[in-house]
Amino acid sequence: MHWNSVAEFFAMGGYAVYVWPSFGACALLMLVETIQVKHRYQAAVESCRRQFATDQLDNKTL
Amino acid sequence: MKPHPEKSLSENSAPRFSGRLFHYSSPQTFYPLAGKMIPFFWVAAALFGIAGLWIGFFVAPTDAQQGEAYRIIFVHVPASWMSMFIYLVMAAWAGIGLALGTRLSGMMAQALAPTGALMAALSLATGSLWGRPMWGTWWIWDARLTSELILFFLYVGFIALQAAIDDPRRADKAGAILALVGVVNVPIIYFSVIWWNTLHQGSSVSLTRSPSMAQTMLLGMLLMALCFWMYAIAMALMRVRAIILERERHTEWVRAEINLEKSNALE
Repeated sequence: MHWNSVAEFFAMGGYAVYVWPSFGACALLMLVETIQVKHRYQAAVESCRRQFATDQLDNKTL
Repeated sequence: MKPHPEKSLSENSAPRFSGRLFHYSSPQTFYPLAGKMIPFFWVAAALFGIAGLWIGFFVAPTDAQQGEAYRIIFVHVPASWMSMFIYLVMAAWAGIGLALGTRLSGMMAQALAPTGALMAALSLATGSLWGRPMWGTWWIWDARLTSELILFFLYVGFIALQAAIDDPRRADKAGAILALVGVVNVPIIYFSVIWWNTLHQGSSVSLTRSPSMAQTMLLGMLLMALCFWMYAIAMALMRVRAIILERERHTEWVRAEINLEKSNALE
């Protein structure tokens, strides 16, 4: 390993302001996308459940 | 229960292998299959990511010319590769949907587009963060950067066009034509560094000659590319499951599937 200290690692040879935002942007966007897709899926499941509930109600009244 | 045209076709007339392909090309059979595959792709993405980051930060040496700034390569190149690759896969699905009229194809294309847009955005953002210290500018209108920006706009256009059309089958068709026309941009991006004088460096990895970088750097980059690839597959499968439910919620099989999941969750 070529880093002598933790501080040196985070300094990235003076390029910390470019290196860390690059990795941070990837991590952040991937996290946001994951959460967004999970919400979309759960919303779709909920919408299906509501659909079935109304269908059942319709069948009963008919 | 409504009859499934694709399914009956596969069971009666198609030969056995393509019959099986048709079998999995129906949303009804693909939905549970995708659900089973997602965890494997997440695990693969995590393992490749851990290995890639470890090699990228702790094994790969400092670059002689660029110092530590070059480490942006470990996210920049995977994001750029995936932005182009996802577009090709998306256009292929869209084309299959246009030619064969299979329902799942359009859904797959729609599921891939946002992840492709994300990769293109990451490619541009990380490239900008790399360009500033190395070229002295965040942005320049050169061939490589401009064509990648156009790729991002093609994704955004595809998503916006589909969102603007209410009927999903018509939205699929319109989107497919846009996606197929836009394919011409992918080779332009890829070969832009050869065809034109650009500030962007040539490719570090090529199929025809040995790579112009240290073995450990290359290994870290490939592992990160695999991580991004597995992530993209997991994300597309998760999104396509949501799209299937959104589009097929009036069918019997969705009702059965949702009730099954409910009872599994209660156990």
